[in-house]
Amino acid sequence: MDQMKNTVGKARAAFNSRKACSLEFRKQQLQALRRLLTENEDRIADALHKDLNKNKLDTQVFEIIGLEGEIALLLEKLTEWAAPRPVERNLLTLMDEVYIQPEPLGVVLIIGAWNYPFVLSLQPLLGAIAAGNAVVLKPSEVSENSAALIKELIPKYLDKDLYQVVCGGVAETTELLKEKFDHIMYTGNSTVGKIVMEAAAKHLTPVTLELGGKSPCYIDKNVDIDTVCRRIAWGKFTNCGQTCIAPDYILCDKSIHEKVIERLKETIKEFYGEDPKKSPDYCRIINTHHVKRILSLLEGSKVAYGGQYDEASCYIAPTILTDVSPTSKVMKEEIFGPLLPILTVNNVDEAIQFINQRDKPLALYAFCHDKKVLKKIVAETSSGGVTANDTMIHFTISTLPFGGVGNSGMGAYHGKFSFDTFSHHRACLIKSLKMETVNKVRYPPGSPEKVKWIKRLITKQVNFGKLGLVFIGLLGALLAVLMKVLLLH
Amino acid sequence: MSSTKEVAARLREAFNSGKTRTAEFRLKQLKAMLNLMKENEGALLEALKKDLRKPNFESIISEVLFTKNEIVCAINNLTEWMKPEYVEKTLVTKLDTCFIKKEPFGVALIIGPWNYPIQLVLTPFIGAVAAGNCAILKPSEVSPNSSQLLSELLPKYLDKDCFAVVCGGVKETTELLEEKFDYIFFTGGTHVGKIIMTAAAKHLTPVSLELGGKNPCYVDKSCDINNTAHRIAWARFLNMGQTCIAPDYVLCTKAVREELVPALINCLEEFYGKNPQESEDLGRIINEKHFNRLKALLSSGKVAVGGQTDEKDKYIAPTVLVDVKETDPVMQEEIFGPILPIVDVENIDEAIAFMNRHEKPLALYVYSADNKVVKDVLERTSSGGFCSNDCIMQMTLFSLPFGGVGDSGMGMYHGRFSFDTFSHKRACMLRSAGMEKISALRYPPYGSHNLSIIEWTTEIKEKGSVCCIM
Repeated sequence: MDQMKNTVGKARAAFNSRKACSLEFRKQQLQALRRLLTENEDRIADALHKDLNKNKLDTQVFEIIGLEGEIALLLEKLTEWAAPRPVERNLLTLMDEVYIQPEPLGVVLIIGAWNYPFVLSLQPLLGAIAAGNAVVLKPSEVSENSAALIKELIPKYLDKDLYQVVCGGVAETTELLKEKFDHIMYTGNSTVGKIVMEAAAKHLTPVTLELGGKSPCYIDKNVDIDTVCRRIAWGKFTNCGQTCIAPDYILCDKSIHEKVIERLKETIKEFYGEDPKKSPDYCRIINTHHVKRILSLLEGSKVAYGGQYDEASCYIAPTILTDVSPTSKVMKEEIFGPLLPILTVNNVDEAIQFINQRDKPLALYAFCHDKKVLKKIVAETSSGGVTANDTMIHFTISTLPFGGVGNSGMGAYHGKFSFDTFSHHRACLIKSLKMETVNKVRYPPGSPEKVKWIKRLITKQVNFGKLGLVFIGLLGALLAVLMKVLLLH
Repeated sequence: MSSTKEVAARLREAFNSGKTRTAEFRLKQLKAMLNLMKENEGALLEALKKDLRKPNFESIISEVLFTKNEIVCAINNLTEWMKPEYVEKTLVTKLDTCFIKKEPFGVALIIGPWNYPIQLVLTPFIGAVAAGNCAILKPSEVSPNSSQLLSELLPKYLDKDCFAVVCGGVKETTELLEEKFDYIFFTGGTHVGKIIMTAAAKHLTPVSLELGGKNPCYVDKSCDINNTAHRIAWARFLNMGQTCIAPDYVLCTKAVREELVPALINCLEEFYGKNPQESEDLGRIINEKHFNRLKALLSSGKVAVGGQTDEKDKYIAPTVLVDVKETDPVMQEEIFGPILPIVDVENIDEAIAFMNRHEKPLALYVYSADNKVVKDVLERTSSGGFCSNDCIMQMTLFSLPFGGVGDSGMGMYHGRFSFDTFSHKRACMLRSAGMEKISALRYPPYGSHNLSIIEWTTEIKEKGSVCCIM
């Protein structure tokens, strides 16, 4: 479609105009985005309510607060992060300027997801803007109200040429992926992740893929089961389980199995009352396709609690499953819904083995008092991130990189990691044309003496303070004299 | 001989056993690598001579010494690199332990090129080993002596279950790429780079692609023409021009060109004598295919010096071409040979526009005594790396990341960047089970009072605003 070509062309022309180079300009755009959020809080909450039955608090906590925090951080740190980053020099480059200069990549494509439609589209956007790129944003068509609102609001607040929003489904995304981008960030599932990476390969476009997986949740025997169950239930049933880092399934010690089930039941009642359908704090499944998909996962397991559903209103009750076989349907794919299977293990080694037999997940949770056991779990498994004794919280620390590994994704973002992801780190060596005597050592014709000098000059890394500059000058001069005298020329 | 499937399976089993996790194991392998380099220098130089007629001087500096330095850098810094990085926290997580843990990906595949067949396959390999991965090396079949030597030596020094060398061409590489790896590191051409990334996409394998391009070299009137000529000539004709970060072409005004060409001619005589074909310090073109490819490029523009060829010897004289147009064949592809075209431009703006009309290169060079000119070019262009008043030297510093951008590649390595490339940075947060009263604020049923407290404790305050005291 020519439309996609035009959209990307516009963004590229705007990028080439260099207006996004100025840090002031980038800060203005970030401030404008902040106004977009504060001036449209109600409309955002309304769109999320229509898409996912999200309530106001969930909207604030999971969509708005995080974005506002990220904007504040970027505004504070942008000058520092965008500045040249000096590095250690060796003897040969003592007199030179050596640094890494972060630079914008160009035109970035961001494909958002439907489960947290604002934060998962706008948080990458913030990073791309801060790093000085132009952006084409493709919010998920599945969360259609949020997508429509994003499409309406972005051009009202941000530069219309540099930052474009494209709405649409598979057909539009496929067309978009034919264009050349300088970075593609995709949040979604592994199947589409592979398609995005393959399309990116045609243009040698680097990608960041935020995918998913089955995030395991291990419960050790000597824990405070009350607290543990509350933290797990919160992580699992927020957004009706439609969170990429929700605890997908529980592996618990045999001895506490019954207690865990009991306490989870009580916690669900505490959170959502006897009939969660009536609770204003309980969300809905995004659409009937996913309702059907999730319900099909019930096959073969026992419903210990919940299990009610109403397809027409996309409601599935918070559900606990027991007698779950490791080969059952619910254990084969990421649930992404309010079903919580509980499997038992005899000890932590069995849990580790179970986890390692499966694809690396986006998150891993372990509830345990024993620091040694926690250390063992962390050391013997792999995952995008880990939170011990809670769920999901590592997402909120912007100084931690958020991303997957293996099937759960590649690359990371949040805070400085976003800025760095959307930047090219250009190695810069600013030399002078002086000190040619020292340089002569590398020119043909070669000799063993020359080899010795080269070894001395490039092997040592040096780090002098300000006073060292005087010393460097003297050393440089001395070196030149020494070499002239000692080298047979 | 094991099939690639068997080799990959053996390495995966070794990785899963956990033996590469300890610093002791990794240091042992790195020290063994260092011994490999020290004890086999003669054989390495011999292999490089057979493949590229590489002068010993070049082999020692750009292959052996470089690799040894990388190994020593990894040995000296491994413990530091392996340490978890503790990070700043928010108010609500102040009592928790938050850190980034560096973990190996698993089994890496490293595909090397033929131009620096030892260094360019071993340098990434060192990073993979240091980061705790198992790895398969696939050195280039185009430099068969070096590849053969590596396949003999590596199993003698390193753990055979964790590290393997697989030799072969397109067929063997295609077979390898069907296996699932946890990281693929490729050095080579853009075309194959795309094939590698497409294959990696099937398994969601992250990649580093060290590719190439046409590295422009802008020469300003303010520079010391003699020093400039020396540095450019050295960088261009090193390894017979078969260097990914060699200056590919020069952009300068006619006036500068009139001084530069004689300076280059003098320089060539200094370096290689009156008959460069007899010089011990000049390598040869890798094979007939590339010889023919390069020979065809000699018809672009006019030969200012050089132009002689000897097919049997795979020799092409160090050549400078002038009156070269943007549309000439020599300007359509990465030269990767001993030919230096000079393209005339009116001024710096034209030079920058010219550079920006082409794909982002792996390196970009500017020769000028005027710092403003240097910074101007730097700011208005993009490239993997940049060096002013010299060429290639940006690669010799391990504190600088080495890598491309756009068509010249993705990812970076050398020194610590190699370790980071082959590591997964796992975000770790260890909370205590206490402080539940604060945690409870986030649970349903929701009330508006919860919201204000949550905002207060999780917000990152903008500098200058009223600070809250814990």
